[in-house]
Amino acid sequence: MSTEVARREPPGFALVQYLTCLYGIVWREGLRFIHQRERFISALVRPLVWLFIFAAGFRQVLGISIIPPYETYVLYEVYITPGLMAMIQLFNGMQSSLSMVYDREMGNMRTLLVSPLPRWYLLFCKLLAGTAVSILQVYAFLLIAWFWDIEAAPIGYLTVLPALALSGLMLGSLGMLISSGIKQLENFAGVMNFVIFPMFFASSALYPLWRVQEGSPMLYYVCLLNPFTHAVELIRFALYGKANWVSLAVVGGCTAAFMIGAMFAYDPSPGFSRRGAAGGET
Amino acid sequence: MMKPDISIAGETATGPYDPAAAMALVIEGVSHSYGPRKALDNVSFTVAAGSFTALLGLNGAGKSTLFSIITRLFGIQAGQVRIFGNDIEHNPGEALRCMGVVFQPRTLDLDLSVTQNLLYHAALHGIRRREAQLRSDEALSRMGLADRPGSKVRDLSGGQMRRLEIARALLHRPRLLLLDEATVGLDVKARAEILGHVRGLVIEQGIGVLWASHLFDEIKPSDDLVILHQGRILAKGKVASIVAKAEARDLHSAFARLTETSSGLVP
Repeated sequence: MSTEVARREPPGFALVQYLTCLYGIVWREGLRFIHQRERFISALVRPLVWLFIFAAGFRQVLGISIIPPYETYVLYEVYITPGLMAMIQLFNGMQSSLSMVYDREMGNMRTLLVSPLPRWYLLFCKLLAGTAVSILQVYAFLLIAWFWDIEAAPIGYLTVLPALALSGLMLGSLGMLISSGIKQLENFAGVMNFVIFPMFFASSALYPLWRVQEGSPMLYYVCLLNPFTHAVELIRFALYGKANWVSLAVVGGCTAAFMIGAMFAYDPSPGFSRRGAAGGET
Repeated sequence: MMKPDISIAGETATGPYDPAAAMALVIEGVSHSYGPRKALDNVSFTVAAGSFTALLGLNGAGKSTLFSIITRLFGIQAGQVRIFGNDIEHNPGEALRCMGVVFQPRTLDLDLSVTQNLLYHAALHGIRRREAQLRSDEALSRMGLADRPGSKVRDLSGGQMRRLEIARALLHRPRLLLLDEATVGLDVKARAEILGHVRGLVIEQGIGVLWASHLFDEIKPSDDLVILHQGRILAKGKVASIVAKAEARDLHSAFARLTETSSGLVP
């Protein structure tokens, strides 16, 4: 027997091994993102269409009053920019979950799950990696918006970073939680429609809540209960170097709840066992 | 009707009982069901360190389910799995650290390069970049892929992909290697090469191997063998012993006799 095989490693894992694993997962997610240029472009095109076309059309229809964190009247494009940033993260969170369902069905997820590190930690790393990718997309969007004269205070580009990290984790965890209950890839498209669109439209992303309240008090309460509303407001305030403590508490609480739920609910077997039951490999 | 287990007295799938031999893998009374359908029924066998054990069974015998249980992709419904004494349920980290796996479906990332796939796997095992790069170069040389480190995986042939998967499974230097139908879909030459590599690992590095297959020509008379059929173990022991016990002239006939059907078998 060779010495390398016979050598025993000490039990447990050192901190550096956890960090190496985290680095590896983020690195791989980044490489995949770079290789999938279409994914990057489509992630940017979606909010830019809203910004350049939708916002331009509605600018004259929807006047925006002075509401915090704004200290003056703002253009509609400026108002919806935080909502579009959150939208990028919402889509990215759901897309990451979609890729987890796909990976589970195709077998790539096995590579991750047979790692000796704790499974909750592997899933947490996967969430962090997805969040990191979504933040890159948001900054690319902000750069393009800057050329469109939509500017935040310089410090805002820095202070929004922790808000983006938290909202990205919340939306990624929600996606993972949803994907835990999905047995087949085909079912995911339906769930996306029942999650993404209601979350986005029943929020403060496109119109301020006082406007919603004027139109429909019931919808106003739905928007208030929607965690996406608070993600948008957290980002909106952070982009101007301010804190919205209520939104921070809601997003923080929802992140913890969704993440714990996802860790407990995640079961790699559904995609595998379905094939088995179909009569192929068992 | 349940088939008789014809394991040889005093002999496990790993040969004559030797208390000194460390058991790489111990499977005890493992059962698994998909709803009302039982995929595995009270499966028990062992793989000794430094041995080559073939797990033979037709498609649908339960081999992949068993692999999923051993690798903790499925939770254990009944029974116990230990890898070098580490219970896969209670001590999964240590158990998985001792084990390398090649699954039946391809699990490589096609958009990444050969080396990037290996480095990713190394990171998942907490192996730092410099060490991972060294091991990666070494593994590629050993598996005959030294000239393809920068190639995209999707540009490799089926045989090269399988060799890469084996290189990846060995990167963290496991002491037990599991291969589930590793040669499916490959031509005769590629199959022979991969089987030769794996048998070489047993001899040169003392790695215990569990080789799941439905192909008889991949099994040598001197191998340890476990026959799995419809989720049950029909026989375990040395190939020669199983053939003799079944009063058959070769493994093919013994298998047919044990399963009472030879249709659909690959000679």
